[in-house]
Amino acid sequence: MKNYIKYLPFLALGVISCEPELDNPVDEIGFYSKGDTDFSNYVALGNSLTAGYADGALYLTGQENSYPNIMAQQFAKVQETQMFNQPLVMDNAGGLLLAGTQIAANRRVLAVGADGNPSPQIYTGMQPTTDVTNLLTGPFNNMGVPGAKSFHLITPGYGNISGVPVGTANPYFARFASSSSTTVLADAVAQNPTFFSVFIGNNDILSFATSGGVGVDQTGNLDPSTYGSNDITDPQVFASAYSTIVNAMVGTGADGVLVNLPDITSIPFFTTIPNNALVLDAPTAANLTGFFQAVAGIFAQGAIQQGLDPATAQGLAAQYAIKFNAGPNRFLIDVPVTQTNPLGFRQMTAEELLVLTINRGALAQGYGSVVLTPEVMQVLGILQTGGKPTAEQAQLVLGAVSGIDDKDVLDKSELTAISTALASYNATIKGLAQANGLAFVDSKSVLGQVANGGISYDGGNLTSTFVTGGAFSLDGVHPTARGYALVANTIIDAINSTYNSTVPKVNIGAYGTVTLSNDVQ
Amino acid sequence: MKKLLVLTVFALATAVTYAGGYRVSLQGQRALAMGNTGVAVVNSAELGFFNPSGLVYLENKLNISVGGFGVFSDVVYQNEQTGDFARTDSPIGTPLYLYASYKVTDWLTMGLSVYTPYGSSVEWEDDWAGSHLVNNIDLAAIYIQPLVSVKLSPYFSVGGGPIYVTGSVNFNRNLNRTLTDIDGNRSNVTVDASGVTNWGWSASAMFSPTEKLRVGFNYRSEIILEAKDGDATFENIPNSPLTPFSDTKFDAELPLPAEVTVGLSYQFCDKWLFAFDYNQTFWSVYESLDIDFANSTPDSQNARMYEDSSVYRFGLQYDATDMFTLRAGYYFDESPVQEGYFAPETPRNDSNNFTAGLSIDVNSHFAIDASFLYSRFKQVDASYDYYFENGQSVPFSGTYKSSAFVPGLGLTYKL
Repeated sequence: MKNYIKYLPFLALGVISCEPELDNPVDEIGFYSKGDTDFSNYVALGNSLTAGYADGALYLTGQENSYPNIMAQQFAKVQETQMFNQPLVMDNAGGLLLAGTQIAANRRVLAVGADGNPSPQIYTGMQPTTDVTNLLTGPFNNMGVPGAKSFHLITPGYGNISGVPVGTANPYFARFASSSSTTVLADAVAQNPTFFSVFIGNNDILSFATSGGVGVDQTGNLDPSTYGSNDITDPQVFASAYSTIVNAMVGTGADGVLVNLPDITSIPFFTTIPNNALVLDAPTAANLTGFFQAVAGIFAQGAIQQGLDPATAQGLAAQYAIKFNAGPNRFLIDVPVTQTNPLGFRQMTAEELLVLTINRGALAQGYGSVVLTPEVMQVLGILQTGGKPTAEQAQLVLGAVSGIDDKDVLDKSELTAISTALASYNATIKGLAQANGLAFVDSKSVLGQVANGGISYDGGNLTSTFVTGGAFSLDGVHPTARGYALVANTIIDAINSTYNSTVPKVNIGAYGTVTLSNDVQ
Repeated sequence: MKKLLVLTVFALATAVTYAGGYRVSLQGQRALAMGNTGVAVVNSAELGFFNPSGLVYLENKLNISVGGFGVFSDVVYQNEQTGDFARTDSPIGTPLYLYASYKVTDWLTMGLSVYTPYGSSVEWEDDWAGSHLVNNIDLAAIYIQPLVSVKLSPYFSVGGGPIYVTGSVNFNRNLNRTLTDIDGNRSNVTVDASGVTNWGWSASAMFSPTEKLRVGFNYRSEIILEAKDGDATFENIPNSPLTPFSDTKFDAELPLPAEVTVGLSYQFCDKWLFAFDYNQTFWSVYESLDIDFANSTPDSQNARMYEDSSVYRFGLQYDATDMFTLRAGYYFDESPVQEGYFAPETPRNDSNNFTAGLSIDVNSHFAIDASFLYSRFKQVDASYDYYFENGQSVPFSGTYKSSAFVPGLGLTYKL
């Protein structure tokens, strides 16, 4: 009896701490339904978007706000789940070291310059501390590997640390691969997941696009080991890799969700610098028009001198007599020299795009139109007074034309290559989702909505506008935490409708956008 | 020195809101046990709060009532759409009181009261879903009041006195829903002011037409606590000219509203006493909580738009034996919060309150008083619609439920 008496004060405390209880508390298992599936061991496969990459780097808070981590936290409100492990980096500086040498840049932050204008800058407030030679021990539920293309997930040795310096392996996967010979897919399957997501394929076209299409459209080449990093993956190679991934994951008995690929040409990386940002006043426009009349004239004369019949020469020359108007004008781009375009430049068409990384200072100095030096002006003066320039002087005029380089622009044919591949990839993804009874997320249409009018939330409207729109981080390619929250909600919607579950969605207004810091150099 | 000591003790006390708004209706064991009635009940120096004019009817020359409460009060919040869930981990409140009266002549009694009618201590988990409205708040106000009670006739008395208030507030919230430093730590501000003083008064009357029936009236004035040059401390602010928040001073006003109470008590069957009070608290003075920062930090305006609210109190007392007096009661406490203004810093809705207690007369001088209160709040779906982001209202809504459990203990001394 004495023994029990000493517990009496605790009993009393138990009575006293009679806490308020809701009728249907959401923190009790059973409030939400897992429906016909099981979220207890969720594994996410993908690339930088799955990893939580943002602002040009992988950093801690970005990983915390990765869409798989957001989803895993919501899953944990539905049922008992395993801890969702992520291969966390060491800091919020972003950036990677390889044996002490920096191999990936720090994150970007929004810094206010001396002129008072905010712009994205590389954060320098702390040194990166994530060294990829510090190998992590898994398993990791978030198998998102920044930079990975579809076929990389099934490429052995993609996580071999010794392949990182020579470019045959991925530093992000090398950090957490279970062995040097494993594949991303093998490490995912080995976790015996109950639920999985696949969001892969963006890089199969994205690196082509962000490099301004300097890579090769490898459609027709079925050997991905011969691909360059900026190439477009052959749709059959994509389909084969993707179905290998899906079949292996389904083979574990897991349910899952497949996410199709958004239209990358609507991301801020391609929409921020308008192709008609050549804004001219009337006299300058007239000058430029005059300049290109001179160019056309010089070309025609040269062509006739070289023996072309005058009518053909005039016909070819006409394309260079570009007219400029007061106000915005589209830039000029360099194109391959051909019989029909012997000078190798033309004005951009309405749909063609410029990349975010283009040198804007150079644009202001004539990149994309004409670099008018005093010497060129002198030649133009000679022409205006009816004089005849020398061959060197004529060449000076032609050389003053400064078309935008291929690396800074997505031209019509490159856009076509991208959209053709994208359509084929997305058809594959949808087909595999249907064939396997998996949930399917049309991220293309949701992100299209963000780019085209925006998606409203409790604190405003989420759009793709660079820096201020809220959906995209400062690299212009990857979402912000709020953008990732929207992705998570979209995937949860698809899961709920396919598996009759009631996983709650998050309030995207509670997730941040760009990070402010003036700790930049 | 003694006064200083008393002040120290009271300053340590943190009072927890359990009544409407941040009113803490815990001013005496005997009154609380009878459903917080007391404006027309003459049985102890607790009259020093409930109706000072009644002090002159106390039989003894010297009457002292002293005591305190332990307030176990918490709130739970959830949002079914998102699965957000939060539970306060508020510290145990210990409101105290001291009342003394001294009969100078048959018609004149002097008194001193110290009590804590307003306060709040709510502690949510940092960075919870509503952290842009409040992380934690600790508000305390100590009233010190010299009293005089005058019997104008055998049937009628008046009483009252000036009130000196010293208050303190400490309030922390995140600056908005998303701002963080580079490491993702949420940017937040703490405002802290203590030793904020002001004056008020109360006046009361009691009418006793027969020995068994009393009617009482008590009015306590509004007191605005005007915090001047309090400390505002900003934490986890990004290093950016776009967020120019630095530690500064602030001014703010917090009203401690006036209240009026009328009621009656009736003695029946020798040993029974019934009491009824009607109380109205003039909360409509609390329109907005505005924090005016001294530097360029944008001022913080938080609409409250409280409404005057009523409390209906019923109490019974039974003289069981010479030694034991038993009490029980009930009161309905109406919330002053209008729809759409339900802020989680004072998350209270209408409550049904059940009380009980007893007094044990140890000897002719000393009695031990105990009381017990259980406040029952209905689960409520509520929202606060006056938080703005970029000029757009961002309602914070969800389901709340509160509970309060308050045991109390006191001593009565009479000579």
